[in-house]
Amino acid sequence: MMASSYSAKEEDGHHSGPAGLGGAAIRTRKPDNTAFKQQRLPAWQPILTAGTVLPAFFIIGLIFIPIGIGLYVTSNNIKEFEIDYTGTDMSSPCFNCSQSFSWNSTTPCKCVLFFSLDQPFESNVFMYYGLSNFYQNHRRYVKSRDDSQLNGDQRSLKEPSKECEPYRTNENKPIAPCGAIANSMFNDTLDLFYIDPNGTKTQILLIKKGIAWWTDKHVKFRNPGGSNPNLTAAFIETAKPVNWHKPVYELDIDSENNGFINEDFIVWMRTAALPTFRKLYRIIQKKNNMTPTLPRGSYSLEVTYNYPVRSFEGRKRMILSTISWMGGKNPFLGIAYITVGSICFFLGVVLLFIHHKYGNRNNSSDVPS
Amino acid sequence: MLRRRLNRLCGGDEKRVDSRTIYVGHRPCPDTEAFIPSKFCDNRIVSSKYTVWNFLPKNLFEQFRRIANFYFLIIFLVQVIVDTPTSPVTSGLPLFFVITVTAIKQGYEDWLRHKADNEVNKYPVTVLEDGRSVKKESEKIKVGDVVEVVEDETFPCDLILLQSSREDGTCFVTTASLDGESNHKTHYTVPDTEKDLQALPATIECEQPQPDLYKFVGRMHIYKPEQEPAVRSLGPENLLLKGATLKNTKKISGVTVYTGMETKMALNYQGKSQKRSAVEKSINAFLLVYLCILISKAVVCTTLKYVWQSKEGQDEPWYNQKNQKEKDTNMYLKMFTDFLSFMVLFNFIIPVSMYVTVEMQKFLGSFFITWDKDFFDPEIQEGALVNTSDLNEELGQVEYVFTDKTGTLTQNNMEFIECCIDGFQYKHRDTRSELDGFTVTDGPVNKLQQKAGQEKEELFLRALCLCHTVQVKEAGSEEVLTDQVDGIDGMQPQPEEERGFIASSPDEIALVRGAMEYGFTFLGLESKSMKIKNRENNIEEYKLLHVLNFDPVRRRMSVIVQTKSGETLLFCKGADSSIFPRVKPEEVDRIRMHVERNATEGYRTLCVAYKQLSAEEYAVADTGLREARLALQDREQKLMAMYNQVETGMSLIGATAVEDRLQEEAAETMEALQGAGMKVWVLTGDKMETAKSTCYACRLFQRGTELLELTVRTLEDGRLKREEKLLELLRDYHRRAVQDAPPVKAGVTRSWSTANQDYGFIIDGATLSLVMNPSREADASQYRSLFLQICQNCTAVLCCRMAPLQKAQIVKMVKNSKGSPITLSIGDGANDVSMILEAHVGIGIKGKEGRQAVRNSDYAIPTFNLCFILPQFLYQFFCGYSQQPLYDAAYLTMYNICFTSMPILAYSLLEQHISMEILLDNAALYREIANNAMLRWRPFLYWTVLGIFQGLLFFFGVRFLFSNPALQDNGQVFGNWSYGTIVFTVLVFTVTLKLALDTRHWTWINHFVIWGSLAFYVFFSFFWGGIIWPFLKQQRLYFVFANMLSSVSAWLVIIILILLSLLPEILLVVLRKPRGPHSRQKKPSQSNVGGSQSSQSSARPLLMRTFSDESNSVI
Repeated sequence: MMASSYSAKEEDGHHSGPAGLGGAAIRTRKPDNTAFKQQRLPAWQPILTAGTVLPAFFIIGLIFIPIGIGLYVTSNNIKEFEIDYTGTDMSSPCFNCSQSFSWNSTTPCKCVLFFSLDQPFESNVFMYYGLSNFYQNHRRYVKSRDDSQLNGDQRSLKEPSKECEPYRTNENKPIAPCGAIANSMFNDTLDLFYIDPNGTKTQILLIKKGIAWWTDKHVKFRNPGGSNPNLTAAFIETAKPVNWHKPVYELDIDSENNGFINEDFIVWMRTAALPTFRKLYRIIQKKNNMTPTLPRGSYSLEVTYNYPVRSFEGRKRMILSTISWMGGKNPFLGIAYITVGSICFFLGVVLLFIHHKYGNRNNSSDVPS
Repeated sequence: MLRRRLNRLCGGDEKRVDSRTIYVGHRPCPDTEAFIPSKFCDNRIVSSKYTVWNFLPKNLFEQFRRIANFYFLIIFLVQVIVDTPTSPVTSGLPLFFVITVTAIKQGYEDWLRHKADNEVNKYPVTVLEDGRSVKKESEKIKVGDVVEVVEDETFPCDLILLQSSREDGTCFVTTASLDGESNHKTHYTVPDTEKDLQALPATIECEQPQPDLYKFVGRMHIYKPEQEPAVRSLGPENLLLKGATLKNTKKISGVTVYTGMETKMALNYQGKSQKRSAVEKSINAFLLVYLCILISKAVVCTTLKYVWQSKEGQDEPWYNQKNQKEKDTNMYLKMFTDFLSFMVLFNFIIPVSMYVTVEMQKFLGSFFITWDKDFFDPEIQEGALVNTSDLNEELGQVEYVFTDKTGTLTQNNMEFIECCIDGFQYKHRDTRSELDGFTVTDGPVNKLQQKAGQEKEELFLRALCLCHTVQVKEAGSEEVLTDQVDGIDGMQPQPEEERGFIASSPDEIALVRGAMEYGFTFLGLESKSMKIKNRENNIEEYKLLHVLNFDPVRRRMSVIVQTKSGETLLFCKGADSSIFPRVKPEEVDRIRMHVERNATEGYRTLCVAYKQLSAEEYAVADTGLREARLALQDREQKLMAMYNQVETGMSLIGATAVEDRLQEEAAETMEALQGAGMKVWVLTGDKMETAKSTCYACRLFQRGTELLELTVRTLEDGRLKREEKLLELLRDYHRRAVQDAPPVKAGVTRSWSTANQDYGFIIDGATLSLVMNPSREADASQYRSLFLQICQNCTAVLCCRMAPLQKAQIVKMVKNSKGSPITLSIGDGANDVSMILEAHVGIGIKGKEGRQAVRNSDYAIPTFNLCFILPQFLYQFFCGYSQQPLYDAAYLTMYNICFTSMPILAYSLLEQHISMEILLDNAALYREIANNAMLRWRPFLYWTVLGIFQGLLFFFGVRFLFSNPALQDNGQVFGNWSYGTIVFTVLVFTVTLKLALDTRHWTWINHFVIWGSLAFYVFFSFFWGGIIWPFLKQQRLYFVFANMLSSVSAWLVIIILILLSLLPEILLVVLRKPRGPHSRQKKPSQSNVGGSQSSQSSARPLLMRTFSDESNSVI
């Protein structure tokens, strides 16, 4: 690397002006001789040459390829199982539920899906629900919420933001939580059972805490009335969202997970980036080191089918996945790193070739300036 | 604009009358129709654009005339009216910022102009009113006022001279600030005016104001009781122009004829055209391209939106119902508002801050010019002054340089260099060297080796002392040296001998001064007798009998004097060509060599001869001269014949060499300019000979340059009429200069070496007006194109005897010629003002600022935010074309204002691609830039393609990452705002690092700004996401950034995307390198080794004093 620099030049100005002329009347307007004003700030002048960049390419290549391989392997080691329970197919157990769906039905439609895991899931298993063709990122949808209401603001509870229209009021009562996002909250219930080889069904414990961002749960979302445990009182004079079966203060019996700070609700309120998305539903904690969290074998998924997707040709999925340090299963990063690393390495080789073939002439005539 | 104001001020009714009547002292005069005080405009000079009252509306209006500003205003209004994805703040805030910054800048500049105007307008003047003299402010002068002006004051308006303190009814005036001629001109009082001005009953009838400085026609009627009114004709010799200065005359009184914006000076100062830089124009062009991209994007999105919606269940799924208002809206109206919404969403593709960045860059860049020590003139204690910062970037693209001669190329300060007496050379050594203690072998004459005979020497010096029309300035000690600008004489040991001299030509002064240095001092002319003090300090007295005036045809002048002893002597001095034939040939040979040598050195040479007249000879000459003077017919010819008769048979005593000192390093600058591929035109009001010699002196014309002359003299042809001859000459020159020239593209690849025949072109004012306005209109275009083609093929063009407006005309003609080259004008007087205004760039500087300025234009492109907005566009395909913004509003707003504009600003201000030493040493480097003005389509295309590449990369990179949004190690998922934030982070880092890659000159400021802006981005993101903002309706970014940083995948994707998007740039830099600055740096250093010292001479600005722009030259 050729880096040259020059220091600020100390040049004395011509101070011997006609001092006698006019005396004090003349104010010296001589510009200051500072390095900045004279544009002579000391400067570092790096010059990128093939010679400089070559090692950088090789280094990038050598770093990226291992990282990429590591990422790829990590991603491949992640166990993931996905099952579609939309019920569009006649053969699907949930076909009836999806067909006979009605907003007014009081009895929940239930369906059971059987599946088997070929490999055991060793560490903590994360259970996601996935929706397709669901535009959570539609502008009308994204803005249809009132964050100050969700933050526990009393005034917004009584007078929700206009952005919530048309889910702002119901029967002259303000809706809490208002807006389209809250109104369309995912309300299928998913239960997982392990079926022993001998046929006994054991329900697997699904943890519903720790699925939302900590800051959302503890700062951004607050129940009205502060720490007052009586949520029913806090939400008095409000209406439940039109599509909900029960009001917000009955989302859970646990007061730490009820009302606006219900984690299922918080997760739903973080709008997805793309129309096909997954959201964290439950966590299956590892019991001990001896047994896998989910051993090989047969399982059944019991779905309480409340959420209609047929009208917009959506799909519903249940996903079981282990998690690594890089998150869920995604081979993209590994492939990308391997590709870029290889490209850099390849370019390095090409540049080396060019450098050797044509570069000598340029290098030999380097003149130090 | 100015004209409009002028019309308004002066009333339209005046237009109809072609003359105006002025009542001297506002007194009604007998015998005339009733005294109607007509309305004339007041004596205010207005160069400022705004007043306190109209500043806001007018400035806003002018700012919104810019396409980008107007566009953002529209966007802002759309956002206010229509329901759009982003709040009006996102575009309102930056727009407000831009408008405010620009308004402050322009307001400041106008305030400076106001100050300058006020200085002129509030200047106190003495007006005679009802018998008393009243002090008034200059702006209060009305037409018809009798104004008194004392010595060394400038005239506050155009005056007719009525009375002078000099006995002979004359006064001396210097018009240096008007036409650049600093010699003293004699003006005359109107003959036979009453001594008592208070009661002078007179009217003046004169033409309406017109800009020609040298033309004035009027009549004065003087009413005397019981007599016919006497009529006196008035000409330019009676008119004292505003801006000129009274010299060597104690006091004059005059009646005001033109005031304020109607004075000839103001009329020559053309209307202030809106100077728009070419860069701005091309930015506007790119703006239009991007506007088209924007509109097409919006159209595509709107169309797709409705196609997508037509599918069942997509438009209004159960989870996302429309509200009542949306349902009620008419479908077509809805489409239209959708279109507008997309426009708003993508509007940031045109960066609102682009102008602010450019604007700030120019503003701050002009400070660098002001601060530049190299522009500092220690003598006048002033640095450069930049009056408008709008045009800095043009400095780098100048192709034509128009320069004034007097005061710009030369110091207008003649200096006696050497003389030659009887064939022996006497070199006058600079007194400075004596002071420095150097030993001088041939010092001043009194210490000279006595080469020539004592007698000859003294005769020569006497001749110098006597043969001139110089007047001694009678003055107190402090007023001495007013004609001296330079300080050399100030260092002389005997200041009491200092004398101020006044003459119509500065070289006469130089000669008298030269003689003084050698011991013969001219003491003055008193009642026809000239006194000189000789070396022995004796006073010699000579009776001045006749002065045979100088005229350019004879190119010599003579005096006939009578010594005390009764001898009658004729001294003659003149150009060698006119003296040599009139002296004895054997004397010529001894001196000719010296004269020719001096001439080639660029000095102005004069030969001195004398002859002794016998009593008879003198008697003949005397009667002859007197008769000729009194002749009524053909006086000129008769005088000429008589002169020629007298000036014969002289003997040559010697020759002198006088230097019109060029500005320091003028020649080097000119060479450098030519080396840089610029064409230099000298436009001057001076005589052709003088101008020509200057051109030679400053190496504008080289010795090998073939001169093509197109002057009144060459047009004098017995056979043909002037115009015919003109055409013939034009065709001839055209053939020689254009057709015979080797077929190279003018200017670009032309080598300026001696291998090519260089052509110099000389034209004078009279001929130019023939070319510009021939009698037959049909010829005009033909003449012009011939003229222009000739000029374009000449390395240097000299235009002499130009009126100020003609200068502007020329500049305009070149400016409008093919390829519309960027022109630059340099001048120091008001005579140059119109030319300065006409050119693209009004001033000259050279060197790094110019070089660096070019780059500015370059910076404008990257600020087009294709890679910023493209992901936003692509996101529409994934969000149901719902105009959902990808980035948060805060990021949208801050992107241009903070995250990216500061680094670009710092880069554009501080970048020095090539170090200034190298740049100064090698002017040819400049050529590369000037012709390859960066804001052209190729880099634009490159940037656009790169922007598209990066935009696609950013979006799809993150898109694939988000195919599984569970990106945290606790299994939690990211939402749409995380998506946008990742893209935005990649974007900010890429844009900033890309700039870092481009920066070759890293000062601490660059480091600070580049890393600082990245740090600021991170800090801002944390801050913005760290608080629940009470005034925000939605807390979209709450802890999004922090959460993003907690995800390893996000880090990895950010790193790889930044690297990948910078890869093409790095590759390009590396591959381009061999032809890049690396080799560029090599070239000059080699030339330093091998080249001569002179080529190193930095073209340091000779233009220190010429840094006057519009406002201060109006003064």
